[in-house]
Amino acid sequence: MADASYPEELLYHDQHDWARLEGDDHAVFGVTWYAQDSLGEVVFYDPPEVGATIDKDSSYAEVESVKAVSDVIAPMSGEIVEVNDALADAPERINEDPYGEGWLVKVKLTAPAEAEALLGAEEYRKLLENG
Amino acid sequence: MPELSNTLPRVTDTALRRTSLYERHAELGAKLVPFAGWEMPVTYEGVREEHMAVRTHAGMFDVSHMGEVEVEGPGALAFLQRVLSNDAAAIGIGAAQYSCLCNEGGGVLDDLFAYRLGGDRYLIVTNSANHASDLAWLGPWSRGFEVSVRDVADRYAMLAVQGPHARGILTAAMGIELPPRMRLSTARIGNRPALVCGTGYTGEDGVELLIDPEIAPAIWAELLDAGVVPCGLGARDTLRLEACFHLHGNDLSPEHNPIEAGLGWCCKEATGFVGSEAVARARAEGTAERLAPFKIEGAGIPRQGNPILAAGEQVGTVTSGSFSPSLEIGIGMGYLRSDLAEPGTEVEIDVRGKHRAARIASKPLYASPSSRKEK
Repeated sequence: MADASYPEELLYHDQHDWARLEGDDHAVFGVTWYAQDSLGEVVFYDPPEVGATIDKDSSYAEVESVKAVSDVIAPMSGEIVEVNDALADAPERINEDPYGEGWLVKVKLTAPAEAEALLGAEEYRKLLENG
Repeated sequence: MPELSNTLPRVTDTALRRTSLYERHAELGAKLVPFAGWEMPVTYEGVREEHMAVRTHAGMFDVSHMGEVEVEGPGALAFLQRVLSNDAAAIGIGAAQYSCLCNEGGGVLDDLFAYRLGGDRYLIVTNSANHASDLAWLGPWSRGFEVSVRDVADRYAMLAVQGPHARGILTAAMGIELPPRMRLSTARIGNRPALVCGTGYTGEDGVELLIDPEIAPAIWAELLDAGVVPCGLGARDTLRLEACFHLHGNDLSPEHNPIEAGLGWCCKEATGFVGSEAVARARAEGTAERLAPFKIEGAGIPRQGNPILAAGEQVGTVTSGSFSPSLEIGIGMGYLRSDLAEPGTEVEIDVRGKHRAARIASKPLYASPSSRKEK
């Protein structure tokens, strides 16, 4: 796994998830470097179904390491329009490239203004440091 | 990810005990977790890598949290025959034997290895979580026997060195004779007396070293230099589950007897051990439930506590579940209705609301080529 990184262009949720806004009302979600490092090597990703509705701050998927299961928390509300099918055969991409090939879902946002409550990279880093 | 804090807790509890290898684990960047009152490494580089190192090469585990009890005296054999389920009279000098410690109702208080160190001198290695309660159980039962039962856990660090290359590396690095499987030998390691046991908990060939805690860090460093991979309790659990070795507290408990647990082979009721009447009855009459291993067919990873279903009804409960690094599928063990506990039976595991197809399998779930070889 690469070193810790928290890209500036992403928004962060304090439960260790990120959102990349696309256009006015779409976003891609994933888990942060810290989340994948804490969990250890991911061996299984159980995605939600396309069309499912997800709510900010609620679990929408599960990632599992050999020893542990973790809920993935939605940083914003919306409807799933795409899931990263490639993770079914290669869940380790969540560890190897959490902000790229390890993305989890693409969402049509129902409340784009929720983005204002999310953290910037600097704020998220501070949150981790203050643990 | 709210569950992270539960599964990988930050260790702040200073009351936890540390083994003599604690500094070595910290230096290696191990993830340390509380386990049965000890601060133990769960993984160093990753559970899967460590697991595969043991399957293909050699790994070492600090299992110094395990307890040791010395049983000595002219009445040692008669006492062990009374409290252990297996036939203690069959343990020759320098031999090891697996056994259950049962209560009067046949419930399993602990499972353990007994080693015969000399004519009337035995060493029992207990599970750390049960060490204190085992001692409290053994004490009263020892009355009336000419025997002393001593807690000697502080005298030993325990290092399990396991894998197809474990013996070769150990012999080259330490220059000691290794005992065959299920035997033990005495040796001098680090110029201190040590016990070398041909036992393990991984399904691979290897040994377990009982050594002076003071020299454990030097031995650890020497084996690390020789290419033995440090492995945590995470890999220890996945390795033992693939081999279908029981974990007390998961697959064994006072609520289940050895017959239900598939451990009838280590119960010799003719010896009249504590619990033998209940065990004999269970063997003769059969039991409503039995422990069986299973494999998930397709996606999903079973976890402890998941319901086992047949025709939509709950017929059992998972006692151990994990991803299998060797088989790359979800595997587990659980108690279920005896008529369904046969290899090949199709069941479902309710994994947090999703019904995952599974099939009862035969033991072991994974058989290593090195363990199949005749020694």
